[in-house]
Amino acid sequence: MRAFSYERATTPEAAAAAAVATPNAKFIAGGTNLLDLMKLEIEAPTHLVDVNGLGLDTVEPTDDGGLRIGALVRNTDLAADAQVRRDYPLLSRALVAGASGQLRNKATTAGNLLQRTRCPYFYDTNMPCNKRNPGSGCAALTGVSRQLAVIGGSDACIATHPGDMAVAMRALDAVVETVDAEGATRAIPMAEFHRLPGDEPERDTVLNTGEFITAVTLPAPVGGRQIYHKVRDRASYAFALVSVAAIIHPDGTGRVAFGGVAHKPWRVEEAEAEMPNGARAVAARVFADAAPRPDNAFKLPLAERTLALVLAEAKE
Amino acid sequence: MTIHDMPKGRTDGAVRFVVNGKTVNLTLDHRVTLLDALREHIGLTGSKKGCDHGQCGACTVMVNGRRINSCLSLAVMHEGDEITTIEGIGTPDALDPMQDAFIRHDGYQCGYCTPGQICSAKAVLEEIRQGIPSHVTADLDHVTFSDAEVRERMSGNLCRCGAYSNMLNAIREVEAGK
Ligand SMILES: Cc1cc2nc3c(=O)[nH]c(=O)nc-3n(C[C@H](O)[C@H](O)[C@H](O)COP(=O)(O)OP(=O)(O)OC[C@H]3O[C@@H](n4cnc5c(N)ncnc54)[C@H](O)[C@@H]3O)c2cc1C
Ligand code: SF4
Ligand code: FES
Ligand code: FES
Repeated sequence: MRAFSYERATTPEAAAAAAVATPNAKFIAGGTNLLDLMKLEIEAPTHLVDVNGLGLDTVEPTDDGGLRIGALVRNTDLAADAQVRRDYPLLSRALVAGASGQLRNKATTAGNLLQRTRCPYFYDTNMPCNKRNPGSGCAALTGVSRQLAVIGGSDACIATHPGDMAVAMRALDAVVETVDAEGATRAIPMAEFHRLPGDEPERDTVLNTGEFITAVTLPAPVGGRQIYHKVRDRASYAFALVSVAAIIHPDGTGRVAFGGVAHKPWRVEEAEAEMPNGARAVAARVFADAAPRPDNAFKLPLAERTLALVLAEAKE
Repeated sequence: MTIHDMPKGRTDGAVRFVVNGKTVNLTLDHRVTLLDALREHIGLTGSKKGCDHGQCGACTVMVNGRRINSCLSLAVMHEGDEITTIEGIGTPDALDPMQDAFIRHDGYQCGYCTPGQICSAKAVLEEIRQGIPSHVTADLDHVTFSDAEVRERMSGNLCRCGAYSNMLNAIREVEAGK
């Protein structure tokens, strides 16, 4: 790990200002992703701004009947929150499908959204990787791509967003709220928050340098059967090969977002008109532009069948 | 090789926290993890380093009553915290019921993962009691003890010796004895 200076921020604006004042500074929240990457020198900030003292750790109702989730609410607490369990069970289910009890006790809402890819070549510093070292090439294009994206990738990168929580938040139409060093705020819909890799795979999201996440808001509850189904190589404590976050109403209409298939939670709103017609019809629309590799082509039938399972479960 | 930027400010700092009831004052390089502070600076070598990357649970300790992976946390981030390690849970002369049950049920072989397993096992019973749901909880509003709940909740603690079924027996017995 590279040496770094360290400070504890006292307000969100001060945190954003501190992160801009020092080049190559980073916020640290739970630390469960950042420290992992710093040990491998994949991340090498020269300054850490510890945001754990800022509060922002409550889940509050909003004026329009939704919820505002503070950026520092821990994954355990969010999954267990009574309002989330009652009105947004999809979010609870996605959270408890991720990581381990110990990690969820530390992992924060903002940190979870910003966790970096688990592409094996991103982690292997001996290999070329445009995301880790822009311009160096992408080892995954000719390498083992079992874990990687089947849609939305580019010639520069085919990594996936590895998380579970964001997939549920995408289906729930969550909005990410931020503040910058000047105190300017913005509200970024989840649909736009994570980027596709394009020719800048080093940028996972649309956040600017020093832009600080203060909260994630959820609109008023939408009801329906809410099911998160994660398929992985072992029964627990593993990242998704494919996951499905679905909200299904009694008349068969609904929404669905897929995890493990793209650089962002993958949801195609236009395809949701096909929900009453079954998984095959939905998947055909959602994955119309898929470009799988030989190693990960299995994800397409897997995604369709996982959705079929979820639709069947919703009818029970 | 890339030339790395050098930090402009100090790269070490002071921190004070409580470990097993005793206040500790340390000045540490910012890079020192809570695990390394406990083992190398405080001399509490019960907590183990298996992977140093959050993947095995050998470093599990309690911070303010919750289990965390001490390898993925910086010591300087624990100002004012209350930390309990396996040494604070019980001693050979005054075993915690969970330690006692692990011994009687042979819940280990080499013992390397055991301090982390015991910290997690105690936390798991508490988390179930508090109604915190898990991946196998059928009804998010009714969390009850079951073998499946224990297996799922203990999945962040790996055991290379495969002593899982005996650990489950030990945990079940502690739960029943309450
Ligand atoms: C072994 C292991 C298994 C895992 N399995 C899963 C899994 O199955 N599913 C899953 O979804 N996740 C999994 N994870 C990832 C885990 O969910 C993330 O590490 C965690 O959510 C990150 O949150 P954090 O608060 O610790 O982030 P940190 O590590 O503190 O930060 C992550 C990033 O977010 C930035 N950041 C933090 N807070 C803010 C803020 N408020 N504003 C702006 N930027 C901010 C930091 O600068 C950093 O770049 C796993 C992790 C490990 C180690
Ligand atoms: S897929 Fe992306 S993250 Fe993986 S090696 Fe290629 S550029 Fe790097
Ligand atoms: S040493 Fe911390 S999880 Fe393995
Ligand atoms: S007892 Fe040997 S690793 Fe668990």
